[in-house]
Amino acid sequence: MESRRNPRAVVDPKVRQVGFFTSSSQPDSTPQPDPIAPASHPVSSISPSGNSLSPVMIPPPRHNSSDTFPLRAAAASAVSPSSFSYSSRRDFPDGSTTASPGRVSRGSFAKSSVPAASSLPGVGMDSMAAATSSSVPASRLTTVSIVNMPPGLTEKASGKQVQSDQMKNSKPLKEKTTKAERRALQEAQRAAKAAAKAEGGKAPLVTSGSVASTSKAAKPAKPSSQKNEGAVAAGPSEKDRKKDAPHPRMQYDDESRVVKAKRRAVVKQTEAKNRVELFRHLPQYEHGTQLPDLETKFFQLDPMHPAVYKVGLQYISGDISGGNARCIAMLQAFQEVVRDYSTPPEKTLNRDMTAKISSYVSFLIECRPLSVSMGNAIRFVKNRIAKLPITLAEYEAKAALQSDIERFINEKIIMADNVIVKHAVSKIRDGDVLLTYGAATAVEMVLLHAHELRKKFRVLVVDSRPKLEGQLLLRRLIKRGINCTYTHINAISYIMHEVTKVFLGASSVLSNGTVYSRVGTACVAMVASAFRVPVLVCCEAYKFHERVQLDSICSNELGDPNAISKVHGREDINYLDGLTNNANLQFLNLMYDATPSDYISMIITDYGMVPPTSVPVIVREYQKEHLLV
Amino acid sequence: MPDVQSTVLEFVNKLRKRKIEGSQATARYTVELLRSVISQQRVPHANQASALIDAVKAVGEQLVAANPVELAVGNVVRRVLHIIREENLSLTTAAMAGLDLMDASDDDELDNSKGIGYPAMSAAVVAAARSTLRPPSLQTLLEGTPESATVPYTSSSGADSESKSKSADKSSITRKLKHDVIEEVNQLIQEIAGCHEQIAEQAIEHIHQNEVILTLGSSRTVLEFLCAAKEKKRSFRVFVAEGAPRYQGHLLAKELVARGLPTTVITDSAVFAMISRVNMVIIGAHAVMANGGVIGPVGVNMAALAAQKHAVPFVVLAGSHKLCPLYPHNPEVLLNELRSPSELLDFGEFSDCLDFGVGSGSPLLQVVNPTFDYVPPNPC
Repeated sequence: MESRRNPRAVVDPKVRQVGFFTSSSQPDSTPQPDPIAPASHPVSSISPSGNSLSPVMIPPPRHNSSDTFPLRAAAASAVSPSSFSYSSRRDFPDGSTTASPGRVSRGSFAKSSVPAASSLPGVGMDSMAAATSSSVPASRLTTVSIVNMPPGLTEKASGKQVQSDQMKNSKPLKEKTTKAERRALQEAQRAAKAAAKAEGGKAPLVTSGSVASTSKAAKPAKPSSQKNEGAVAAGPSEKDRKKDAPHPRMQYDDESRVVKAKRRAVVKQTEAKNRVELFRHLPQYEHGTQLPDLETKFFQLDPMHPAVYKVGLQYISGDISGGNARCIAMLQAFQEVVRDYSTPPEKTLNRDMTAKISSYVSFLIECRPLSVSMGNAIRFVKNRIAKLPITLAEYEAKAALQSDIERFINEKIIMADNVIVKHAVSKIRDGDVLLTYGAATAVEMVLLHAHELRKKFRVLVVDSRPKLEGQLLLRRLIKRGINCTYTHINAISYIMHEVTKVFLGASSVLSNGTVYSRVGTACVAMVASAFRVPVLVCCEAYKFHERVQLDSICSNELGDPNAISKVHGREDINYLDGLTNNANLQFLNLMYDATPSDYISMIITDYGMVPPTSVPVIVREYQKEHLLV
Repeated sequence: MPDVQSTVLEFVNKLRKRKIEGSQATARYTVELLRSVISQQRVPHANQASALIDAVKAVGEQLVAANPVELAVGNVVRRVLHIIREENLSLTTAAMAGLDLMDASDDDELDNSKGIGYPAMSAAVVAAARSTLRPPSLQTLLEGTPESATVPYTSSSGADSESKSKSADKSSITRKLKHDVIEEVNQLIQEIAGCHEQIAEQAIEHIHQNEVILTLGSSRTVLEFLCAAKEKKRSFRVFVAEGAPRYQGHLLAKELVARGLPTTVITDSAVFAMISRVNMVIIGAHAVMANGGVIGPVGVNMAALAAQKHAVPFVVLAGSHKLCPLYPHNPEVLLNELRSPSELLDFGEFSDCLDFGVGSGSPLLQVVNPTFDYVPPNPC
């Protein structure tokens, strides 16, 4: 996706620009190409005019989510006006219904939504038809905006002005003719609003989130969310608010962006002093400095949901680590958010919710950069929110969302793990000596299940500093009675001659088959292939990503440098303790590395056992499934 | 010799308890010990060299048995033996040359014949000398003991009026051999002590401006090497892999920083990640084997494979006392030492898993903590 995009100031490369979007907000869930974009301009003109009122005005409902949804509906309706839109609208509740049988807790919700859904199409159709009729000649975007405008305007009468700002921001990117006048208008609005920006934090974050939002910035959601939240971003200027969370692969040596990102930040991270030059493009903060500060703010977090805040703190402190765990924790926090959510007056649920989610995501990014699995999950959630029929009642929508998230967790993570385990244990034979590195949940499940099946094998657990995750895995395996050997990664050449198979976990698998995973995985895979030992990677399909990475440097995460200088538990070794501030000495604590695909024999996913070259195919199919569901 | 014997025992104990760290120190001690053994050895007039050789061999075997993994000991013992044989040979040939000059008997030396050489048997004597003092080989075994045959012959022939002068010469010859040997041994000590400087002199040819060097473990040779390059005003960066569980990389990093080199400490797991940005990998070896394989601190094989994959030059620095004439058979196991698991796992935390007294008597958990790593000569 990203390669197609020209880097714009506030564009989030991860998100495809479809339909309207202010430069900042771009839904990546919608696959429509760019040509649609310019059409947004005429529409944007409508909004400022509508908003030229109070400082706390809600910008016109030109959110991506709302855009995308009507967009899709419009596309659908373009095909066959009423029936198709009906059916497409119904797909959504149907989907949730089918998912619900498995979820007892949600069953009632889903069922209740069905009758509601059945009544919806009628309503929806009308609006859609209206939209279609009026808008088809114009671009789809115009259609959307027209349709949404009346309700949006009324809804957002009290909205913040941020939306208008957002419009303004997008304008430079997309505008053609009336830019000047629009800008003048917005400048006036902004000036008026600047004074009243007390709680501005969240909103700007949300709006700008589209630019840099990690997974999917829901454009429309941002302006509305801005109204609600506010405390996330602290920057006074509207423009800064536009750039929401730093986009997941923001280059941190770009001074201006970093400054802007910092101004919006909730979590004030202090930059580490002694940074490795090669990694200037990655953020590196002093670890642990903000944790106590954040903890004290727990009861003052107006805009932030406590569940999300808790998850963020857990990320910072390292209590939750590992792709699956982080993703599940985040999704469960979002479920709580949905549960506690109530649509503010004058707003649509889609946009508002998306804006909220975006702001939470940016907070989580500040705590710890997102993993790919989390990014995909967020994209899914935003996609789902965007697809919510606009005529759903609030409780139905919330129920549907919650059940969707639940379904995602169950299908993509838990059941996927079960499928992976089933495939993988078929590869384990009696007498095997299996090597594993670090603490991958998928691999642990495979080993435990194989042990339950009474297979006779031995496990070699390889560990490395500074996280020493292997010790936890070791404990769990020993408790179950599996014969284990423990060693440090330096000794893999020593033990590799007796290993029969290597099982590794992954944080993500990229499009060219590169496995992006805990640092050290590449070393293990390389030594294994040098000794002709097959390497099997166990990875759920939701962790696949379509980007390409050539080495471990262009995108990574930097951990705490003090974790290297201080050797825990070995007092005699602390030679480097006092030297952390020496100009000549730097510590590099990488979290991830990229293993080239030629070291990998096979990837075990919930789609089966595939070679690394099949990953782009799965990514493509996976996305399609995403959209159609 | 009793005092020498006690010194030897003391050294053997130190080796067995691994109290001496580092091949250079070990080699130095060994050579000094052998020097004292040689000087204390009372050599018979005949077969001086073989007596010396036997004495050195006996001590050497004890030392090698105490710490078979410390290959420098064996290397150095072999060097000393070689010195003895060489000196013996050169003196013999000199004696042959100076046979005619009886008054120059001081310079003449014939070790395995009582008489200073009669030209008639000089050649035979020299040949015998060469053969008996050669390291045992198939040829010497097949040749049997010509030496013993010639000796009585020469001795009988030498038991004449010249015997008196011969004895005088012989004592001087005795002293000569020992003297020469000890001189050579001193030179050997110098060479061992000065290997760092000599290697460091070549640093400037290999390290250039703005290079990035990766290194592992803590070798003094590498330290001197890098600092020598720095002295010559070449500015470069060094990545040091920390080398858990001994964390020798930390030591090296501290030294480098103290000398003003920009250093970055990375974890061992990040070696593959960083190697693409590295220009050269320089490590110090523990020993270099006869087939070209290198024994180094644990983790070098990983670095070597990564360097090969990325076509990064892999440079090994080794003093001459590390060159071992042995061929490594299964070096990972036979030439390796396993250290305490406590360096990897905290005993307090894992005592339940490591306990031999529970369950079936053998714990489910084993810990592997090798000290050395073997890099084969042509990693595939």
